[in-house]
Amino acid sequence: MASAKEMKSVLFGPIFANNPIALQILGICSALAVTSKMSNTLVMCIALTAVVAASNFFISIIRNHIPSSVRIIVQMTIIASLVIVVDQVLRAYAYEISRELSVFVGLIITNCIVMGRAEAYAMKSTPFMSLLDGIGNGLGYSVVLLVVGFIRELFGSGSLFDVQILPLASEGGWYEPVGLLLMPPSAFFIIGGFIWVLRTFRTEQVEPKE
Amino acid sequence: MSNKNESLGKTIGVVLALCLVCSILVAGSAVALKPMQEKNAALAMQRHILNAAGILEAGMDIPSVYDERIKAHVVSLEDYQVVQDKDPKDFDNRKAAGDPETSTKLDKSEDIAGLGTMETMTEVYLVMDESGNRNGAVLHIRGQGLWGTMYGLISLEDDMSTVRGVHFYEHSETPGLGGEITNPSWVKTWEGKELYGDDGKVKFDLVKGGASGEHEVDALSGATLTSNGVDALIDFWMSDKAYGPLLDKLRKGELTNG
Repeated sequence: MASAKEMKSVLFGPIFANNPIALQILGICSALAVTSKMSNTLVMCIALTAVVAASNFFISIIRNHIPSSVRIIVQMTIIASLVIVVDQVLRAYAYEISRELSVFVGLIITNCIVMGRAEAYAMKSTPFMSLLDGIGNGLGYSVVLLVVGFIRELFGSGSLFDVQILPLASEGGWYEPVGLLLMPPSAFFIIGGFIWVLRTFRTEQVEPKE
Repeated sequence: MSNKNESLGKTIGVVLALCLVCSILVAGSAVALKPMQEKNAALAMQRHILNAAGILEAGMDIPSVYDERIKAHVVSLEDYQVVQDKDPKDFDNRKAAGDPETSTKLDKSEDIAGLGTMETMTEVYLVMDESGNRNGAVLHIRGQGLWGTMYGLISLEDDMSTVRGVHFYEHSETPGLGGEITNPSWVKTWEGKELYGDDGKVKFDLVKGGASGEHEVDALSGATLTSNGVDALIDFWMSDKAYGPLLDKLRKGELTNG
């Protein structure tokens, strides 16, 4: 059984020290697409965390029986099934949000974080540790997405979770929203800024000059 | 890992077992959650209709208010009679528009809203006041925007010309620009506008900069193509080709079951 310290580093390491988006630059596509509103962002984070944790767990359980010639297909099958289940659950319990997320729930299948963790960690670790690793990476992804979503919704629409915080000029207030923030490219700038800030505090993440 | 894993038999066995387990999981969740999803979809449509009709309030019991205030009919858009053998509860407007049996192809020249095909029957929602008298109607509208089809509902007062509300419930317009078609304060500018001029022709327009009079609302700034799309779809759906004769009938109180 793994030590408590190792468990902690597996669970919390991906949040800042080894963040899948900021350091590994994985899973950017959905980070751009779904972060214009906090409520969508949060649901996407929960969905992704659930999928990556469950897929890590199940793949780890059968890791000693997966023939290496078909291992990627086996991983994909498990991930795809989990994503379909998550999509169905969302449609049943969060109908409006699942409509807004539309294809991006399905695209969790191709999210590099899920495949990356399955191949890099779950194939050679115990189920419990893989589960922790999945949750940890899901949290790392969520932290970045929530920061991006927070900035985009607050300054792009003047609201958070659809509650108006800054009164809009078009409705008699004083705040003129930044339209650019509602467009996907703005998430690029914010993620770039996030990486910059992170590397300022954690200089070990800066790659050596070539 | 042992070499046993790499044998053909083991590979096929693992793959088959995995497929079986996964398909049971997927099929099980789809079947188990289906009733809930259908209920959600129906509820969402009822909410859209009440919203367009201006009845929707936060926290209300949507299905019971809907049953009380909305009377749905499936109406033919060819002879403008109520279609008897279709139950409004099971009727899906969008499905009808895509089904060759219940739709016709539109000519390029008349297809100003970019629809391609138009349904031959549609669902019309009559709005009742508290004492059960008709005081308006809600109609499906849709048309091409900048990025895709905009689906909406328009609600009219009992004179079938004054707009009570409009509600686009599904669209893919640019957030912040064309996406403002759902902005409540813009939607509010539609209230009380007249669709038809004195000659009975559609006179309603979206105009750039300073709408005035009872037939105009402001176009959306920075969203010319979306605004053009909204303009065209109103022109199309309210014309004689689509809802015009039906609205005439409703005005005279002649929508009969025959």
